[in-house]
Amino acid sequence: MLGYYLDLALRSLKRNKVLTALMVLAIAVGIGASMTTLTVMHLLSGDPLPGKSAHLFYAQVDAAPDAKKREPYDVLDYQSAMDLWSAKRADRQTLIADSQIKVHAPQANQPPLMLMMLSTTADFFPMFDVPFQYGRGWSAEDDATHARVAVISADLNNKLFGGTDSTGRSLRLRDSDVRIVGVLKPWRPSPQFYNVAGGRFSEGQTAAFYTKPEDVFTPLGSGLEINGDNFQPFTCWGRPSMPLHLQSAPCVWIGLWVQLDDAARVAGYRRFLEDYVAQQKALGRITRSDTRLRDLMQWLDFNGVVPRDVRLQTWLAFAFLAICLFNTVGLLLAKFLRRSGEIGVRRALGASRAAVFAQCLTEAGMIGLIGGVAGWLLTLAGLWLVRRQPTPYADMVHLDPGMFLATFALAVATSLLAGLLPAMLAARVAPALQLKTL
Amino acid sequence: MQIQPILAALRRHRLATALIALEIALACAVLCNACFLIANRLAQMQVNSGVDEAALATLHLTGYEAGQAVDLNARVQAGLGRIAGVQSVSVINAVPFGEHAGTAGITLDAAGKHFGGVVDFYVGGPGSFKALGLQLVAGGEPQADDYRPLNDFIPDEATVWVTRALAGHLWPDADPLGKEFWMGKSHFRVGGVLAHLVRPSGGEGGPDTVEWSVFVPAQPGASLAGTYLLRADPRELPRVLRDARAAMTKIAPDAVVDTLGSQTISDLRQDYFRPDRAMAGMLVGVIAALLLVTALGIVGLASFWVAQRRKQIGIRRAIGATRSDILHYFQTENFLIVSGGIVLGMVLAYALNLMLMTQYELPRLPLYYLPVGALALWVLGQLAVLGPALRAAAVPPVVATRSA
Repeated sequence: MLGYYLDLALRSLKRNKVLTALMVLAIAVGIGASMTTLTVMHLLSGDPLPGKSAHLFYAQVDAAPDAKKREPYDVLDYQSAMDLWSAKRADRQTLIADSQIKVHAPQANQPPLMLMMLSTTADFFPMFDVPFQYGRGWSAEDDATHARVAVISADLNNKLFGGTDSTGRSLRLRDSDVRIVGVLKPWRPSPQFYNVAGGRFSEGQTAAFYTKPEDVFTPLGSGLEINGDNFQPFTCWGRPSMPLHLQSAPCVWIGLWVQLDDAARVAGYRRFLEDYVAQQKALGRITRSDTRLRDLMQWLDFNGVVPRDVRLQTWLAFAFLAICLFNTVGLLLAKFLRRSGEIGVRRALGASRAAVFAQCLTEAGMIGLIGGVAGWLLTLAGLWLVRRQPTPYADMVHLDPGMFLATFALAVATSLLAGLLPAMLAARVAPALQLKTL
Repeated sequence: MQIQPILAALRRHRLATALIALEIALACAVLCNACFLIANRLAQMQVNSGVDEAALATLHLTGYEAGQAVDLNARVQAGLGRIAGVQSVSVINAVPFGEHAGTAGITLDAAGKHFGGVVDFYVGGPGSFKALGLQLVAGGEPQADDYRPLNDFIPDEATVWVTRALAGHLWPDADPLGKEFWMGKSHFRVGGVLAHLVRPSGGEGGPDTVEWSVFVPAQPGASLAGTYLLRADPRELPRVLRDARAAMTKIAPDAVVDTLGSQTISDLRQDYFRPDRAMAGMLVGVIAALLLVTALGIVGLASFWVAQRRKQIGIRRAIGATRSDILHYFQTENFLIVSGGIVLGMVLAYALNLMLMTQYELPRLPLYYLPVGALALWVLGQLAVLGPALRAAAVPPVVATRSA
């Protein structure tokens, strides 16, 4: 039966080419616009560590001396960070702080580069499933001894060592030589989640959260010894003395991520944070008692990581799709009702209402499918345009298989939705009335 | 033109009429708000930086050691001064549309109880005030002894120059000259008011705060180094900047030139507003596609109605209606449908604007957008219906005598 309907639909579409083209065009343009923005949205709002993000938590306490009612600072001061981290109360825990540093490879004949360096701790790599191409991360002992070791990105390895296994070779970070112990595979989490902080102060201009990960990773203690005065505070509650020594400054600048594998551990860690704050209050070091422990996705949400312009574009695209939908409904209505006579004959010859309805919907679906193909091409064109934009996430924009299928699903769903009402009206055509006028 | 028969005919096509009207309404809502968004972006892009953009460039060095900063300043200032065409070289901490360097909260009392707002401090060495080309509206230019030495990013005690916008915010009803404010321990006294000076990277509290800047004169030193302001004739500026960058390998081989941050101020401005331009461009694209789709919808439905009514049109023509009667019939019909859509559309436009206001800190939609949007849709409707209406007018009376 479906084959027959498809045949009928094809004939009908061929009969009025202009009207068909108009409908296909409307669907295609609507799908193209909404799928372009939806793909970008999907890319930016997705889970950077599917399956693991629910076990990763961002811990916050606030050592500032004020009593204003506000959210705790987005990052920690040195003392709190080191206390919480060295207590090792979570399954894994890592500290995060980045800084700009001059990097030079003695073997590579190239001028020095200014790069971002992430100073962190050994758990960073297993905790965030960071993929290695050569070597591995450093050990907890390297953290403790402030070892002069580093992990570098695939990009930097390509630039300095032509992509060969550079583990064991040395890299000059500012004035210090460090030994490369690991080289990452290309790694592009979206967003660069571990560094996300301060999103609520950015007025929706959060594209910077989607930049590439740092090129150099060093143990926190080593990073501070090598490049301490180039670390920037997130904010300070007092004027730090100059030159800046962040470990003793009244500033917040370190992030703490913990991995907690089950609900009991989470509850336990919450209690631990509260106890820590209570103890520090008793010591007189901390005055504010609020603590936070948000999981990865909650933390991203709290920071509103998806740029405001991207959300605005998505809204606009869907308003536009709605207009295209109304348009298609109108045109389908015109098309079906124009064939009232023909439908009357079919009904008189014994076709049921359901059969007429199915036939009309088949035709609408076919328009959707053709519109989907055109919409897919328009989506590719749209994504190409997005890639040419000077945004940090431009290089990540592509149509993954899921979104490719979604394009067609959305196109067919839209056209079926558009065809519903016209098909219902067409099915209600009274056979006798139509036959009379023939 | 009689409207009664048109309304009677439309009543027989209630659904199709309603659909077109709804489409027009949505288009009206999106059109008004998208135009408003574009106008907003364009207005933001027109911001007056307050400096002589065309004559200025900046050179940003990184990767040197703090101990070398004083020596670096001396070498770079001397070295750049020798480049042909350079009118002045001065040290500054930030430039408009570049990286921000001195963003901090200020208070209007020494105890820090009365919060004034988060502002940006431009800390500039001798010559930078003149080089920037800042316009004074009150007070005089900084004198030689206003340039204090500093061992922090900002002097502990300084005479400063604030913008008119910031002065109006801090002291709405008073003369700002001589007024004081504090940033932690640092104490400032207003020595002059600037017509305009935009913050390096935009406001932190919405569009009203983009000019909350303070100019602080200071002596270059260990904590004021690495960013240099070059002034040259606008025609020679690109060449001067190229020479300056090239000269750095000799003058400061130990430092790394930040190529992205070392540009003419005009280029920095271009880069700064690129996302806004892209957004405005995308909105224009949406509007164009929107109008196209709406027009095509009208063409499609009008063509269908013309075809459906061929016989009736023939009869009307046979009993005396002129071609222009038929033409006007379809034009009036379209006008009525579009008008209905516009009435609904204005309500929708306002609702959409309210939503955008809460989510995107957009101002209220000015009322004049509504009639302009309406006019645009009326014109669009008339243009779209013209083709089918002309075809209707061309139906010969003889059609009436033929059976369907």
